[in-house]
Amino acid sequence: MTAESVSASPVRFESVTKRYPGADSVAVEDLSFEVPAGEICVLVGPSGCGKTTALRMVNRTVEMTSGDILIGGRSVKEGDPARLRREIGYVIQQIGLFPHRTISQNIGTVPALLGWDKERIAARSAELMELIGLDPEYGDRYPAQLSGGQQQRVGVARALAVDPPVMLMDEPFGAIDPINRSRLQNEFLRLQAELRKTVLFVTHDVDEAIKMGDRVVVLKKGGHLAQYATPTELLMEPADDFVEDFVGADRALKRLALMRVRDVDLWTAPLAQAGDPSEPVRTAVAAAEVPYALLVDGENRPQGWLSERDLAGEQVPATPDSSADPLIDADSVLRDGLATLLQSGSLYAPVVDARGRLTGVLSVEIVSDFLASDEASESELSAAERPHD
Amino acid sequence: MIEQLAAVDQSFFTDRSSGNCIQDNKLFCPGWVVDNYDRYVDPTLQHLVLVGSAVAGGFLIAFGLAILAHRHRFLQTPFLAGTGILYTIPSISFFFLLLPITGRGSLTAIIALTAFNLQIIFRNITTGLRNVPPNVTEAARGIGLTRSQILWQVEIPLAMPEIIAGLRIATVSTVALATLAVFANGGGLGTEIVTGSNITFKTGIIVAGSIAVIMAIVFDGVLLLVGKLLAPWKRKQAIS
Repeated sequence: MTAESVSASPVRFESVTKRYPGADSVAVEDLSFEVPAGEICVLVGPSGCGKTTALRMVNRTVEMTSGDILIGGRSVKEGDPARLRREIGYVIQQIGLFPHRTISQNIGTVPALLGWDKERIAARSAELMELIGLDPEYGDRYPAQLSGGQQQRVGVARALAVDPPVMLMDEPFGAIDPINRSRLQNEFLRLQAELRKTVLFVTHDVDEAIKMGDRVVVLKKGGHLAQYATPTELLMEPADDFVEDFVGADRALKRLALMRVRDVDLWTAPLAQAGDPSEPVRTAVAAAEVPYALLVDGENRPQGWLSERDLAGEQVPATPDSSADPLIDADSVLRDGLATLLQSGSLYAPVVDARGRLTGVLSVEIVSDFLASDEASESELSAAERPHD
Repeated sequence: MIEQLAAVDQSFFTDRSSGNCIQDNKLFCPGWVVDNYDRYVDPTLQHLVLVGSAVAGGFLIAFGLAILAHRHRFLQTPFLAGTGILYTIPSISFFFLLLPITGRGSLTAIIALTAFNLQIIFRNITTGLRNVPPNVTEAARGIGLTRSQILWQVEIPLAMPEIIAGLRIATVSTVALATLAVFANGGGLGTEIVTGSNITFKTGIIVAGSIAVIMAIVFDGVLLLVGKLLAPWKRKQAIS
């Protein structure tokens, strides 16, 4: 994707109200906020707060009672709803892939509706499958042959097919197991860093809202706006008791979701390659922050932790006593990194980049120091200014 | 009419070379079949026309009704009741009810058989349409398919296995039921089962009956194959 082809439009809610016929109370009342182009805005709130209704009024799968929604300055009320929807990406929790169409055909649905020729559709499908990291051979398979996570990736690809300026995502990862959900979230953030779409994202999960959102709209029952803020502001200065309650008592811990592992000062461990003389490594271990040496290969990829016994000989052995696991992805948030450490019961874990190369070592101490430090809030704020890149 | 049948009867018992088998009316006389297979050609073709028209007619009408009932849910119950009544009327009574209007002949038989089919096909099409997962139609609508695009590109293809299943039941039933067309003077294999007043010649009954059974099996097989071709995604679900 080149900078020229990136397209995103701001989305503006103007006093939007939705009253379902026959209902006593309004679903959404007088809701106004603006999402700048290229940002992820998460709508979050307890069930019945009208977040999905608010989202669905953008593509008119629910018609608003009064008010207006503008995409790039143009009212969604103008023109034919089906045509409007083709210009807005739409991902739902149940995915809703067409079971009778292959993955390529599913991704090519909207291009086909818009009358693209076959070669162009096929090329676009292939491009998107690469973008979501799906092997091209999956193109001829049917949705039922894919895992839930793969299906959800295809759902995202289908929504991106005609490069829409706005995407609506209704609890897109809600039905995925926690491990895959976290992976899909990271993938989507990586994708978004490249695509820079305007995304409206609905979830009931505050943690997901804080992780995914550049901005967060907190809604109260009846579709009242409780707070519209960046995740940091939400955690540091909740607007009222409702937001404070909703965000939860573990606000301090949630702040860990604002920082990426690569953004904190990691520790360094003495490094050694198989066949190196042991003596200098032993000396380095005695003086290092991390009291163990890491065995790495020629590409600087961690192979294992070297114990005292490993280093007792003349040379560093090729197969150390303990493996390097768990490895932590430098792109994951600090909270997930801490969880990985706690789950494995280790004090230290190597942090690796996307290619598996060592970038440092994360320890529980780094995390607790971070939470205790005064600069935590400052670095969070600066991170919030340039989110997810 | 009577003379014609008498002539048929005559040819039945004379001019045959199978010896005692026919005189004794044994269960099955292969020699007679070898000599007489040609007499089954026309009834078989007539039978094919009866079944083909009744199933095709039934499908077209039931499909139209099902689409209407899918758009306008309140029509579902009256349509189901209406086709249900037509389904329950015994075909023979139907022939006599139709006699004053359409007279004796294959048209009467086809109308009665079509009416019989409607319920089975209608029920299957509506079930198929109803079983389309709501999240699929919701997504289809959300990404910009119009109502008729959702119907033709999503709902009907997904209902295809049920639609074909309905056609299979209807076809097999109609092959059997069409043997009664003879009572409306509608031709078909029934003419070789009921020859005039004579329904005692066992070999004739067995041959005509077997042709009907084979026809039913062939139709069923063909439709099964068509169903698999139209729903390739169903076959591949197990592979992963």
